[in-house]
Amino acid sequence: MFLFRLKHIIRLGVKSLWMHRLRSTLTTLGIVFGVCSVIAMLAIGEGASREAQDAIVQLGSTNLIIETVKPPEEKTDTGNRQGMKEYGLTYDDAESIRNTIPDAQVVVPIREIDQKARYLTRPEVAIKIIGTIPWYTEISPIRVIRGRFLSSVDLQYRLAVCVIDDHIARKLFAFDDPLGLDVKIHGSYYRVVGIVSKARHSEMTGAFGTIPAPVSQSGVVGNVYIPLTTARCRFPELDYRFSGGNRSAEKVELQKITVKVDSSEQVLPLRDILDALLARLHKKQDYNIVVPLELLRQAARTRRIFSIVLGSIAAISLLVGGIGIMNIMLATVSERTREIGIRRALGARKRDIIVQFLSETLLLTLAGGVIGIILGSLIPSLVTYFGNMPTVITSASLVLAFGISAAVGITFGLYPAYRAANMDPIESLRHE
Amino acid sequence: MAVVDIRKLSKTYQLGSVQVPALQEVDLQIEPGQFVAVMGPSGSGKSTLLNLLGCLDRPTSGRYYLGGEDVSRLDDDRLSLIRGKRIGFIFQSYNLIGQLNVVENIQLPMFYQGFSEQASAEHAEQLAVTVGLADRLKHRPSELSGGQQQRVAIARALANDPVIILADEPTGNLDSASGAEILAILGRLHTAGKTLIIVTHDTEIAARAQRIVQLLDGQVEEELDNRD
Repeated sequence: MFLFRLKHIIRLGVKSLWMHRLRSTLTTLGIVFGVCSVIAMLAIGEGASREAQDAIVQLGSTNLIIETVKPPEEKTDTGNRQGMKEYGLTYDDAESIRNTIPDAQVVVPIREIDQKARYLTRPEVAIKIIGTIPWYTEISPIRVIRGRFLSSVDLQYRLAVCVIDDHIARKLFAFDDPLGLDVKIHGSYYRVVGIVSKARHSEMTGAFGTIPAPVSQSGVVGNVYIPLTTARCRFPELDYRFSGGNRSAEKVELQKITVKVDSSEQVLPLRDILDALLARLHKKQDYNIVVPLELLRQAARTRRIFSIVLGSIAAISLLVGGIGIMNIMLATVSERTREIGIRRALGARKRDIIVQFLSETLLLTLAGGVIGIILGSLIPSLVTYFGNMPTVITSASLVLAFGISAAVGITFGLYPAYRAANMDPIESLRHE
Repeated sequence: MAVVDIRKLSKTYQLGSVQVPALQEVDLQIEPGQFVAVMGPSGSGKSTLLNLLGCLDRPTSGRYYLGGEDVSRLDDDRLSLIRGKRIGFIFQSYNLIGQLNVVENIQLPMFYQGFSEQASAEHAEQLAVTVGLADRLKHRPSELSGGQQQRVAIARALANDPVIILADEPTGNLDSASGAEILAILGRLHTAGKTLIIVTHDTEIAARAQRIVQLLDGQVEEELDNRD
């Protein structure tokens, strides 16, 4: 019986909406746009949140990363073009941090060098050398999949060993087992003792599945980890550059020092301590302290702004759309006054009339909701494509969008339905 | 026992500050199976009486017993139920719903009483056949002649097997041939034992009725008994 009623009401609703196709379509546009914005908002928000979480996994929420930055050019004397510039983090910095800050659980100095690697006579591959210490595994989400990571023995005896990541293993050795083989880098050979892989971090799920990790600018395939001591004695810290007939040199000891603390509450206080310590050791502002935890907060802030903007658009179009629907339903009700009178005479109670018109409004808004969901699912992939922003459409957001269109239908359909129900049956029957 | 029992029924309309009495202390008893014509000039209170008899309106004072139950003080939902179950309406302008076909129109009163779709559809088809519309079941009202539409309306009025059938100028919009057909059908209903109350100007219809109630200025002026 209930099904019969529902079927009857829906069939009638569809018929009467179909009779005014153009009117119904135009009316639903507001809902369509509103639902579109809701879905886009949630998808962008979700994407940003996943990206931030990913960055945290990558950088570590209990880590502080001190980076070398090139200080601004000093244009004091134009003649001193050939002078050597020395800046950045030093081995002494790392030592001072280790010695003076008890909260610093692990201090990992990192030297990064862009190089090319070769195996036998196969083509060279661009790589990044990471000169570091065995404790690197504590601060980075890498995982040893074959062999071992660098050891303190490697460090102590400056051994020519290396650990490569799985990208290089594939690219350089193809089908050979890299363990125990030698890689030639910068004229020396390094024996491969282990293979690591990065924790899944750079695979972002977009609207159309996975978006591949961005390839770094210089075409670097992956990382080769060697002992810091080996790096220090085999690769000069001086970097010569020739530009416009002038020769200049830069000397940088370390590119990064990563400090790990016990808990994330210690991160922010330690940042100030580190800043104070380094300010004493450095004359120039040639370093920068990155706190991944703060990046997360920043991402959350950005996301909030996005949500506010899109949320307002959604709210406004839903409101305007809802008012439009109410307007049309009021017109429908007055057009069908006589029908209401007939139904009342034939035994329809007020609530039957309410149900009928409310269902019709719901039908209209839900149709708008469905169209909105379809269009709204396309927008995030456009944002990802053109705006280079990750987006994620969750099923919860679809359900929410559908719920919102239903809520709009009920909110703005109640008054017209109520008005229809409260018409005087005698007057309505007389209505022409 | 009278199926319709009206005691001192009054209805007063409030028009601005003026009180307009439409019906004044009308008494009327109608026995089951009677065919009653209500006549009178316009403004005599015919429509008001019809609305009160049809439970579309509540009296200002007085009592109305329909099938033994006092329906003069019921709330809107109860009145809707009474209308759906005990009263069949036939209007001058047919009042079919344009979007529904013949069977669906006849189903409508059953729909509001909660019949199942199948049962009501079968019953509606039977009714359509009895008023001679067997070959028009799926037609829309706009595809039917006036006489056919009025026959649909009669079938619809019979859907819930009402206690009384109220007709308001049922032949008013029809040519004489169609009007005669409708009268013939109403006559058959009377023969089958239905209680018919017809408001009309048409003396020809009135001549077929057993009783004629003449209204004037909101009061029953005279009652003619046509019974032999």
